[in-house]
Amino acid sequence: MAKPASTLAKRSGSFMNWIDKRLPVSAFWKATMTGYYAPKNFNFWYYMGSLALFVLVLQILSGIFLTMNYKPSAQEAYASVEYIMRDVDWGWLIRYLHSTGASFFFILVYLHMFRSLLYGSHRAPRELVWVFGMLIYLSLMAEAFMGYVLPWGQMSYWGAQVIINLFGAIPGIGGPLTEWIRGDYFISDATLNRFFALHVIALPLAILGLVLMHLVALRENGSNNPDGIEIKEHKDENGIPVDGVAFHPYYTIKDIFGVGMFLLVFAFVIFFWPEGGGLFLEPDNFVPADPLVTPVHIKPVWYFTPYYAILKAVPDKLMGVILMGLSVGILFFVPWLDRSPVKSIRYKGAWYKIMLALFAIAFVRLGMLGMSEGTPAQTIEMRVWTFVYFSFFILLFFLSPRGKTKPVPERLTH
Amino acid sequence: MPTDGVNKKRRRFLVAATSAVGAVGAGFAAVPFIKSWNPSARAQAVGAPVQVSLGDIEPGQLVKVLWRGQTIGVLRRSEAVLDRLPEVDPYLRDPDSNESEQPGFAKNESRAMKPEYFVANMHCTHLGCIPEMIPEVGPQPFDEHWWGGFFCPCHKSKYDLAGRVYKNVPAPLNLVIPPYSYLDEQTIVVGVNPKGES
Repeated sequence: MAKPASTLAKRSGSFMNWIDKRLPVSAFWKATMTGYYAPKNFNFWYYMGSLALFVLVLQILSGIFLTMNYKPSAQEAYASVEYIMRDVDWGWLIRYLHSTGASFFFILVYLHMFRSLLYGSHRAPRELVWVFGMLIYLSLMAEAFMGYVLPWGQMSYWGAQVIINLFGAIPGIGGPLTEWIRGDYFISDATLNRFFALHVIALPLAILGLVLMHLVALRENGSNNPDGIEIKEHKDENGIPVDGVAFHPYYTIKDIFGVGMFLLVFAFVIFFWPEGGGLFLEPDNFVPADPLVTPVHIKPVWYFTPYYAILKAVPDKLMGVILMGLSVGILFFVPWLDRSPVKSIRYKGAWYKIMLALFAIAFVRLGMLGMSEGTPAQTIEMRVWTFVYFSFFILLFFLSPRGKTKPVPERLTH
Repeated sequence: MPTDGVNKKRRRFLVAATSAVGAVGAGFAAVPFIKSWNPSARAQAVGAPVQVSLGDIEPGQLVKVLWRGQTIGVLRRSEAVLDRLPEVDPYLRDPDSNESEQPGFAKNESRAMKPEYFVANMHCTHLGCIPEMIPEVGPQPFDEHWWGGFFCPCHKSKYDLAGRVYKNVPAPLNLVIPPYSYLDEQTIVVGVNPKGES
């Protein structure tokens, strides 16, 4: 930058000048904040991304403090978590922030993804924003799974047993592969120790890198909006989109307000309902891990249960694992499955509204069934909703080019 | 990058060759990291064979021992139980244990070296839970025609008293029979096959 004449630099005088000649702070601030114009019609759904980022920071902070007292060994892990909860000053708060924060992270991420399905935020030219988002989601699932193993309770242990054995369904290499993942012939100290390493170092680094790519890809084309049209097509004489507002201060203020409202709800749950009635922390996990006793009813935490229901719906082990993998994997292709000429649900016909509603119901209902005991009637229902779940993607591909659309406005509506 | 007087073909070849050698080097360098995830020497040592004394087992009793962190069950079966085994064959997915995992000596109706003592890895072949033994014959909440066997509480898989899996349950195969052998009439060693068997 030869002439870093941003307003910020001028105001803060020679010190900022000195910095800017060495590190382009002002130019970066302008490019991503004050000079970055976002559509002016963002609604409630557009809180989720910034809130997810906020919770990520919260998870990293609380996580760092948890590692100061947690012991990643099969003999000591359970007791060290109880020690944090009972003896460490404010340890209970830090631990609940982390464990309940994980559930809130997923709530926000699911709403964030749903927003994309509503307004077509993943459509060209933002496919890579979605793909990086999906990679974040996958890493987050691995991160959450391994984190859930660390307290070394019964559900940690047997949940890990079930999930690792999923890899055993792969023909030929299944057995040696599970042994390699566990580092032993059963879930043991070796498994716990490596999951700890992955949970506190490898995956957080990967997630941070992916979040960076997600944001860089987003800034390249700018945010989509509830109308699903490009604000860059109408610019004023200065080259500024007429329907855009500067990200800072307008959306930073909005997002800070969002954080305030979020913290109101989050703090209430942390203080009065931290276990979420057995949804965020399952009762079985308050019993130390015992390799000889299987809990009567093994189920993953709620954010995995939709996929778990799909696994359980299939009577064949390998097919079940394949279908479960497919149910997550297919999400990567949504930007290319939706071929409708319009992006936003506002200008798509009833076909999309019905499909998306059914898809959302299927996802929630599968999540509920995934926690259930699995009676024959429930198994049949799981199969029905699994069918609905996959139908969404297939119908999307075939109906979207033909489905009715309404005329899209030239400029943003309110 | 200046391109005057450059032999482009040679440059491309050199770039490709350097990249290939680098990739091979990176591949070799990855081996120690990948191998470090294998069961360590200590884990392998702890996985040594386990002895079970049969003298203390009453008829109908199931004794559980740990071998390599897996629960191994030793069940003493009565003549009546053994006689009933062929009756359930039509309801089983793999009655002759053709697809299932067991040492050669246990690929038979009772899935044991000596029919009286049934030795099996008690983990469900679906996802590794431990089924309960429900030896009583008669209607059960989960099955109207129960012949006695093992019932997995996790996903409702059912096995008979020879660890053979029923049809239409999530578990794909019969319970795994671990390698074992008789040290003498009253002692079993889990983890070692008899000489000459694999």
